[in-house]
Amino acid sequence: MIEARLAHRLDGGFTLDVDLRLPARGVSVLFGPSGSGKTTMLRCIAGLLRAQRGRLVVGGEVWQDEATATFVPPHRRAIGMVFQEPSLFPHLTVQGNLDFGLKRAGGAATRATLDAAVELLGIGTLLARRPDALSGGERQRVAIARALAVGPRLLLMDEPLAALDAARKQEILPFLDRLQRELTMPVVYVTHAIGEVMRLADHVVALDAGRAVARGPLFDMLARLDVPALSQDDAAGVVLRCIVAERDRRWRLARMDFDGGVLWTRDTGHLLGSAVRVQVLARDVSLALTEPRDTSIANQLQGTVQSLADDVHPANVLALVSVGGVLLMSRLTRRSAERLALAPGQQVWAQVKAVVVVA
Amino acid sequence: MSLSAADWQAVGVTLRLAATTTLVLLMLGTPLAWWLARTRSRAALVVDSLVALPLVLPPTVLGFYLLVLLGPQGALGQALAALNLPPLVFSFWGLVLASVVSSLPFMVQPLRDAFAGVGVRMTEVAATLRASPLDAFFSVAVPLARRGFLSALTLTFAHTVGEFGVVLMVGGNIPGATRVLSIAIYDHAEALNYPAAHALAGGLLLASFAALVALNLMNRRRSGWSA
Repeated sequence: MIEARLAHRLDGGFTLDVDLRLPARGVSVLFGPSGSGKTTMLRCIAGLLRAQRGRLVVGGEVWQDEATATFVPPHRRAIGMVFQEPSLFPHLTVQGNLDFGLKRAGGAATRATLDAAVELLGIGTLLARRPDALSGGERQRVAIARALAVGPRLLLMDEPLAALDAARKQEILPFLDRLQRELTMPVVYVTHAIGEVMRLADHVVALDAGRAVARGPLFDMLARLDVPALSQDDAAGVVLRCIVAERDRRWRLARMDFDGGVLWTRDTGHLLGSAVRVQVLARDVSLALTEPRDTSIANQLQGTVQSLADDVHPANVLALVSVGGVLLMSRLTRRSAERLALAPGQQVWAQVKAVVVVA
Repeated sequence: MSLSAADWQAVGVTLRLAATTTLVLLMLGTPLAWWLARTRSRAALVVDSLVALPLVLPPTVLGFYLLVLLGPQGALGQALAALNLPPLVFSFWGLVLASVVSSLPFMVQPLRDAFAGVGVRMTEVAATLRASPLDAFFSVAVPLARRGFLSALTLTFAHTVGEFGVVLMVGGNIPGATRVLSIAIYDHAEALNYPAAHALAGGLLLASFAALVALNLMNRRRSGWSA
């Protein structure tokens, strides 16, 4: 459990003021636009920045308490940190970079911790290289392994993909998926990319102008219309927890079962019975009052309109539809909403044009 | 062309002075340069200017004030006398003090720029990898600032060897104690003993050139990662 009550005013006048509890397991994403205070908060947790007021307790250990003038410096905190730029030490080889923290971490880190990190990030063949002989993606993988090698009790990641181009991001994301599934320590992950939230988060804290405006489990948070940073993005939508229930060899399709029904997707090779996250974007969901027939759209789910809200553009509205208790989000024009006389409680058919298995 | 015993003595004093000054400045200048590179305090502006002062002042001005300070009537001179210590004027250690002051910018400025080039991020990374600030300084900042150290050490040593005005004001011309190369050359030239002046001046010229070539060679070899 991470208890963070932090208040800090930066020189430019920006003020961070949060009071949060983050779970002891899983990936907590600090999400928000740039300037919302997410990196400042992460730096306070790391101890690289001393919040002017506040109290920070991680796993029962007090790292900062201004009431008693307690402040544990960063090098005595059991953290691993990954920065936006890979920040490898240029004068050391990959192995030297990995050993740097291992040598200093004492009991928490062993050779086995390091070997596991090397294996997890797939950097076994790079150990003898120097950082300037690595690609951007390789460097960031080494930086992540280096942070894990110290055996941290808390992993902090500050937009680890933001400095990479799209291809490099795709190269790293599978490793982050593994991290999300396999790590037992809590992770605090900072990002402004909603795609990374959908893929990696277990828990989301939405920050805006230095304050936490909403927080909760990923699946609930995405289905909220009152968090502009999440719902007013072009990539707004929900993520469903699904089980791969059937794989159709002939059409190369897979049936994904979720609590409210089933969705057919392209077969992504996930094994039968495995748990996957399926992303359904609001722009890919349209609504009809009667069951649509003679349509190419295979995924049609019956549900009830739960609420409607304004979208960024005045021509659009967002609708939440409950399908067997699971919420889907639909983006439609205000004209269509009026023509169908959509209102909470109304029965509708949700047509899902596209779904993406994210992890 | 052979050097007289007195000239060899001057060479010895010069090397001892330059080595001592460089060592003292390395120990004083490194923390000062680190502070200047990292602080956001307004005081740094003043300190930076003070450090640069020997670059623009005539050495005789610097030497004159040091002489006043160290002399029997000066604050430092009187303090030493009160402690029953020998006076610093016209002594080897007085020369060391004078050289430390006049060579200060040659040590501090290259180090300050090199430390600034290392960037805050690298020491932050070291801190998140369990390195204490001192540990991070020696295991990350110093190796990354290696070129700066090479320049600073070479320039400080060379500048101390070449110092004339300050030395003459504070140290005088005492063989074996304060008579350094630059003054020996001046004396030879004054006495129209050109062969002796040539021997010393030529030797100094060659040694300085060789040192700079060596420095550039080392820098080029290292530039792979520290550029």
